[in-house]
Amino acid sequence: MMPQASFGRAQRKEQSMQSLQQKAAELLESKRAAVVIGYAEGSDGRVRPHFARTADAAAAFVWDQRCKQNLAVYLTKTEIKKMGPAAVIASPAVVRTIVQLASEQQFAKSFPITLVVENDQVTELADAASLDAFAVSHAVLFPPHVTKEIEDLAAMSVTERFVFWQNELSRCFKCYACRSACPLCYCTNCITESNQPQWVSVAPHALGNFEWHINRAMHLAGRCIQCGSCTLACPAGIPIALLTIEATNIVEREFKYQAGIKSDAPAALSSFMVDDKEVFIR
Amino acid sequence: MNSPSYTLTHERLLEFLRTSISAGKRVHAPHRVGAKTFFRPTEDVGAIVFDYIQTAESPKSLLFPKAELLISYKQTANDVTMTDHLQKEIPEMILFGSRPCDAAALSRFVEFFADGHTDAMILKRRKALTIISMSCAKSDADCFCTSCGSSPGDTTGSDLLLTPIKDGRYLVEVVTEKGESLVSDNKALFEKAPSAVKDSYLARVEAVFTPEDITKKLTTAFNDPIWNDASLRCIGCGACAYVCPTCSCFTIEDEGTAHAGDRLRCWDSCAFALFTVHTSGHNPRPTQTERWRQRVMHKFAYLPETNHFLGCVGCGRCSRACPADMNLKEQMISIVERVPVIA
Repeated sequence: MMPQASFGRAQRKEQSMQSLQQKAAELLESKRAAVVIGYAEGSDGRVRPHFARTADAAAAFVWDQRCKQNLAVYLTKTEIKKMGPAAVIASPAVVRTIVQLASEQQFAKSFPITLVVENDQVTELADAASLDAFAVSHAVLFPPHVTKEIEDLAAMSVTERFVFWQNELSRCFKCYACRSACPLCYCTNCITESNQPQWVSVAPHALGNFEWHINRAMHLAGRCIQCGSCTLACPAGIPIALLTIEATNIVEREFKYQAGIKSDAPAALSSFMVDDKEVFIR
Repeated sequence: MNSPSYTLTHERLLEFLRTSISAGKRVHAPHRVGAKTFFRPTEDVGAIVFDYIQTAESPKSLLFPKAELLISYKQTANDVTMTDHLQKEIPEMILFGSRPCDAAALSRFVEFFADGHTDAMILKRRKALTIISMSCAKSDADCFCTSCGSSPGDTTGSDLLLTPIKDGRYLVEVVTEKGESLVSDNKALFEKAPSAVKDSYLARVEAVFTPEDITKKLTTAFNDPIWNDASLRCIGCGACAYVCPTCSCFTIEDEGTAHAGDRLRCWDSCAFALFTVHTSGHNPRPTQTERWRQRVMHKFAYLPETNHFLGCVGCGRCSRACPADMNLKEQMISIVERVPVIA
């Protein structure tokens, strides 16, 4: 009986949302968390990031298919850090981001309290081991159109690929929404803002756009957890995540290193072994 | 206003655009790119889209390019050659399919750059541009033009305004002399209309505040805690400013070496952390709170004071583009409702 089965599913969803709100309220009441970061209903059918600092405010949390923007982006923000211990309602992509941020020593004192919803149950990932275990067993799944875009790009010749990016990047006006939406673009002084010397052309002309996006892809190679927030954020509709997704796939293939699954792993591209077989590295 | 009006069939409209392109005019019109709509130079009039609420990007880049070459310099053996790019000729262009709010925005944009320190290039580009706008038969929840001094059938800033009426026809309102000469150059295509009754064909956009109201509330809002809550989810990108048809802040960038290089004018945004940072390192707008306040204040309090218009036409682009759902309309309503007026 399909209708009944889907009703049961909807009911369980409702229950898991309530237990999520309850758990968030408990964290705030017990003062274990000063702020819980999650989603609430936004405008015009959208969801928006929501920062609950009181148990009452936790009643606004929602959790559904629309919750796609990577909330880990707020964990490294000064305004949030100032509030005190933070908790976050996390998708698998957010868990992987937290693990990656941890491996990059971005949590000085303790990890954020990470709440995940699985099989309609709310679980707290309390330590590095449980974060790592969850991250390893939960891949970040691409929507089907992204998988197809990756395949299409791989099938192109170098010239075709160049023309593809020339076309796409021509719409870039450097609003840096890709950078701002990315939880791994946490530098307070971005390379593009350095002007003595100027490494990257600031202007959003063809060369400047290529320089910026190539730089960003290289900085995220082996670090991007492939959440797709940059593409979602881009007001020009550029599928910008494809660059960092591919850069990270290459690192995974060449270095057998996967981003965001081990909170104490050395970084693929900024660490070395003294017994490396290549001489230049020593 | 008692402007002359005509009607035009869809077929004849396309023919008119085709003729303009053949005559060598560049026609910027809405085109679908992926899932979004953008103004693009038209090669084939069949590619122009008509079923859009609003384009993703505003047409302001036709007056204010995102990267504009100002001067170039090059050192030779005993001399330096300078090229002043501001002297170059601007070809005639047509902007087709801009919404009435866009045309209203461009007229405020031009007024801003004609006031005091005149920006010759922006005025020159406007002079070379003919604006043929399309009234809104549809709107969405992010539209709030009627709260910002515009409306779905506003003729302000357009040279011609087209309104889709019945039987696949458009009502054509001639707004300027430039619009009049377009019609007289293509007389065979246009039919005289007895009157310009278009209200029943226009989208209904309910006003949610008045420009006077919001400006008055903001005069006492500078230190209100409202900015802290409102800005917390802002991720500090410039998407809102760059899709905005009235945002006009820019930065001057020098590229090259001591021997050869360019000076460019590029778009800038008050949401960026570096926007107001001083050489000393001090930043008078240290967090997103002050930056978001600046964005709202500039549009709804400072520009009304200095230029007598709102720096917003309620096109809703920023709300549609924001990765964090900041929603300007909703925030304006909350200011009107929450901020007390101190007499």
